[in-house]
Amino acid sequence: MLKWLSEFWNSNATYVLAIIAANLLIGFMLVHAIFSVWLERKVAGRIQDRLGPTRVGGKFGWLQTLADGMKLLVKEDSIPASADQFLFRLGPYIVLLGSFLAFIALPFGDGVIARDMNIGLFFMLAIMSSEVFGIILIGYGSGSKWSLFGGMREAAQMISYEIPMALCVLVPVVVAGSMNLSEVAKQQSGIWNWYIFHDPFTFCAFWTYFTCAMASCKRAPFDLAEAESELVAGFHTEYSGFRWLVIFMAEYGSMFAVSGIAVIMFLGGWSLGLPFELTDFFGTTLHLGFFGVVIGNIINVSVFIVKGWFLVFVMMWVRWTLPRLRIDQVMMMCLKYLIPIGCVLLAGVSVWVLFVPIILQQIVGWLLFILSLAGLGYMGFQLRTWSSALPGAGMPGMWRMEGLPGYQGATKN
Amino acid sequence: MFDAEMFMFWLIASLTGLCAIATVITQNIVRSATWLLFTLAGTSSIFFLLGADFVGAIQLLIYVGGTMVLVVFGVMLTAQGPFVNMRTSGAEWAISIVAGLMLLGVLCFGLTSFQKLPTGEALAKANEAHSKQRKANDPKTSTHASTIGQALSGVGYGPIYKRMPPLLPTKDAKGNLVTLPGAPRETERIHYLLPFEIVSVHLLVVLIGAAYLARAKRRRGGKA
Repeated sequence: MLKWLSEFWNSNATYVLAIIAANLLIGFMLVHAIFSVWLERKVAGRIQDRLGPTRVGGKFGWLQTLADGMKLLVKEDSIPASADQFLFRLGPYIVLLGSFLAFIALPFGDGVIARDMNIGLFFMLAIMSSEVFGIILIGYGSGSKWSLFGGMREAAQMISYEIPMALCVLVPVVVAGSMNLSEVAKQQSGIWNWYIFHDPFTFCAFWTYFTCAMASCKRAPFDLAEAESELVAGFHTEYSGFRWLVIFMAEYGSMFAVSGIAVIMFLGGWSLGLPFELTDFFGTTLHLGFFGVVIGNIINVSVFIVKGWFLVFVMMWVRWTLPRLRIDQVMMMCLKYLIPIGCVLLAGVSVWVLFVPIILQQIVGWLLFILSLAGLGYMGFQLRTWSSALPGAGMPGMWRMEGLPGYQGATKN
Repeated sequence: MFDAEMFMFWLIASLTGLCAIATVITQNIVRSATWLLFTLAGTSSIFFLLGADFVGAIQLLIYVGGTMVLVVFGVMLTAQGPFVNMRTSGAEWAISIVAGLMLLGVLCFGLTSFQKLPTGEALAKANEAHSKQRKANDPKTSTHASTIGQALSGVGYGPIYKRMPPLLPTKDAKGNLVTLPGAPRETERIHYLLPFEIVSVHLLVVLIGAAYLARAKRRRGGKA
């Protein structure tokens, strides 16, 4: 028995490990979706002065997502009579696959990756582009004009936004000289070495990339594909219950995937910002061996997930703050502005890396780092000192309300 | 010898084949496109199984991401009514059967005319040399994406004409390039540049075709 087991392990270890990795990734995606739905509600509540999840209970209303999940699982799964049954059933799973498979190449820590490819970045972008097909099938297969309009909008939008997204993500690739995500992350040890601070082009590329990523995840202000003010709910109008849940799990999954790319390419990956790799530190410097590597990687993975969730939070922040664009504005922004910006950044960074003297590169890099820190510090200072408004007073950041009846003045202490 | 890798290969290959058959026999055009999507995705997963990540990802991006979307756009923007079905005439059947049989003949000829893969001692030798090269991580001989890039630009090593390439050349102790017996000389290699150009022209044709199909139709003699 033991012999058989060891033989089995020797010949099939990769497959057993692959199954374990896949299960871990699915588990992470589910937990991430549950957490993000709750976070979305809390952020919406805070930003738009709503109540947020209050009815279901739990600390900070965390039971809300579980209640949502229960509701969606027991809801009627209705399929319209005019729908193409096969495509209608198939669509959500293609979307989910496109979003889930991207996680295969996403490193969560030093060696914590399902499959380390030397074209990991390219693989992620390629896989996430197949999500569009699922959405087109959803829109077409529903047999409803709202769905079809939403699906077409979404297809046009996602295909267009992939171009500037890929261009922007190539900017740090030029600097790093690699598309291997783990390698790119390892190159950025020490917070001052993060590629966002490398030069002005990577700095701009981060913000451009993040804008495109938001659009490609169909998040507001780019959520014209599901604009409830125009299209009922866009491409998923006809969906209910579990199929709807699957579509949204895919959306939250790809939100994390694009944030993960941003974290790895620009924000130092799983690094805490210290100039050494934690697994090396615990494993080799402190002589803890394998145990040390595990400790280091637990910290790495937590840091990576927290960074990813922070970017997801920024997406929510933007969503609940900015109004929705029009569909022609969305397309114009991509084709007329973001693609040229992406081209300029790519050309600029190539020239920068090739022709600008190293010493100047380093000076500019440090300047960017210091200026960004100063900007963050100023923001933090403002947030600390600007008190939140009392009931009846004007809210901070609102239009000036002096002279209006009932205005008691914003308090600043 | 039936291990997990074999099992995966046969599973993916048979599913891909089934999807390909379904592509051909489905009447509904969008469903047919969906089956085609699965066929192409299956092909790319075989590439991934073989360790050719770059080719697999290219397959996904170009075909699944690009061509399929064009297909669907072509269908949706040209359809006169919902859920289009294709009606195939007898002549089309005849032409496609002839074309299919010709392709099958070419493939069978190609399969049977290859040399046999090395076995036994020769295989062990070949594997050893190959792993040495991979360890050396020489960009000219390693199986990294850079090899493909070099081959595309005509600099590096392309596939070998007419013969199954048993090995890429290795270096001996002095660092000179040696070719093992049976490996062809440099002059027999062809490069990827021409096929690459042909593929890009094919994509251009697809783009123009999609634009042609989707353009606003003008009525003859009337207004647009």
